[in-house]
Amino acid sequence: MSRKTIWGLSAGIVVFLLFPVFLPRFYVYLVSIILLYGLLATSLNLVLGYGGIFQFHHAVFYGVGAYGTTLMLTKSGLPAALAFLTGPLVSAAFGLVLGVICIRLSKLYFGMLQISLGSLVWAIVYRWYGFTGGDDGIHGIPVPELLASPKSAYYFTFIVTLASLFVMWKIIRSPFGSVLQGIRDNPLRSEMIGINVRRHQLLALVLAGFFAGVAGSLFVVVDNTVFPDMLFWTLSLEIVIMCLLGGWFTFLGPMLGAAAIVALRTFVSGYTDYWALVLGVIMMLVIFFLPNGILGYVEERLKGGLRAPQSEER
Amino acid sequence: MLEVTSISKSFAGFQAVNRASLAVEKGEIVAVIGPNGAGKTTLFNIITGIVKPDSGRVLFKNEDITGLAPYEVCRRRISRSFQIVNVFQRLSVFENVQISVLSRARKTWDLFTPSARLAGGETEEILASVGLLTKKDRPAALLSHGDRKVLEIAMALGGNPEFLILDEPTAGMAAEETFRCIDLIRKLSRTRGLTILFCEHDMEIVFGIANRIMVMVRGCTVIQGSCEEVRCNEAVQDAYLGGSNICLQ
Repeated sequence: MSRKTIWGLSAGIVVFLLFPVFLPRFYVYLVSIILLYGLLATSLNLVLGYGGIFQFHHAVFYGVGAYGTTLMLTKSGLPAALAFLTGPLVSAAFGLVLGVICIRLSKLYFGMLQISLGSLVWAIVYRWYGFTGGDDGIHGIPVPELLASPKSAYYFTFIVTLASLFVMWKIIRSPFGSVLQGIRDNPLRSEMIGINVRRHQLLALVLAGFFAGVAGSLFVVVDNTVFPDMLFWTLSLEIVIMCLLGGWFTFLGPMLGAAAIVALRTFVSGYTDYWALVLGVIMMLVIFFLPNGILGYVEERLKGGLRAPQSEER
Repeated sequence: MLEVTSISKSFAGFQAVNRASLAVEKGEIVAVIGPNGAGKTTLFNIITGIVKPDSGRVLFKNEDITGLAPYEVCRRRISRSFQIVNVFQRLSVFENVQISVLSRARKTWDLFTPSARLAGGETEEILASVGLLTKKDRPAALLSHGDRKVLEIAMALGGNPEFLILDEPTAGMAAEETFRCIDLIRKLSRTRGLTILFCEHDMEIVFGIANRIMVMVRGCTVIQGSCEEVRCNEAVQDAYLGGSNICLQ
């Protein structure tokens, strides 16, 4: 890492740490939501942008994580720390189960099967009043004292998101990450250089499920509620759009996409009920003019600018 | 070293390979020739596990490898390149080969060591040996067609193979690139002691580098023998020249 990026990163972290000091309560809540949605979108991008797997129903893992943590908090009486660990682990395990079933199909068929199986989970959560609270969801979840205030919830979300992003960044830079990108570009070629493609994809799905579960647990901390819409397929679509909008071949693109969409939803829906229409138009423009997303475009320009003088030297 | 016995494969009623047989000894360069659609690529796909044969056996170093998954075949040190270029388009030339080296070293499950620190020396050695070292930071998608075909061979070498299969290594190359590629294949055979099986349409190349030749027509093995034997074989002349009785030059 160059000195410049370290300074930039530290400055960014300081700004985020200072947000609760000068921002009103509503905005602190909003930034928390953006952070956890960003984490959710980044976890999807691990398999979508870096793995080339059409994970169309990522929200299921987010919801399962949130419900896992919530049910542990409300029903088990075990320490809260354990609950926050259980949520993501349950999502990861669920990622493994769903992955084993779906990975036999390729590309779009994988996505279709995942949507149908995921919707099944949604239907169960939606109907099972005795256990999941049905379509009412669960409100007023007793989170630990330490995380109860919006400020502390924000700091918790920020720190966990930062740590998760760091781990995912390390993973993408690791041999496993390289192999994953190789599989994305060419599964047959990967297989032919001795890589067990399915198993690597499966691990990627488990990791993505885990971090989606982390995001789900963070939502429990920030909002103290869970509801079945958290694992409805329209949310999955929204997460995919976050990745595409921000740039699915960049690491921070999904975070940017999440910020854009959460902000859009919050502010535009104040003026019109048809905020999705605005989103649709923006999405069309992005697809036509910035096929690699916003950050993808910026990166291209930066690289283009850097490459030109190099080629002159030669 | 490699022994293919009576392999058959049909796709939806079309007999792509029909009881083909092939034997390759250690250190040899063997060419498979035949008209388009003769089943050469399917034969290679069967050997490397991409296609499962309907019947027949593939033995490698006296071990039955019939029907193994491609990654398992690769781990027995059989590597291949493809006729239609198959590289990791979005990754750099260096990364393309590095992944192959990492895969052979069984480091692909490592989640936390930065890739940048691993297998650099070996990767660069391979790139230097095929002449791509100066282009190592370029995305594979931006290479010329000829360079991408060479990159394929480099990726195959990353697996440190004993047996190399090349599916039309020079297809679509410019004349100069073709010469360099032929030199490369010869060099690999000589310096690394690689056993090489390849198929090719350009007869000049085939007769130039092959020790022995196997001829396939409509999925069947017509003959396998030395260049001389093949050159003057009547059935081969039938297939290539429509029955006229001239020796192939």
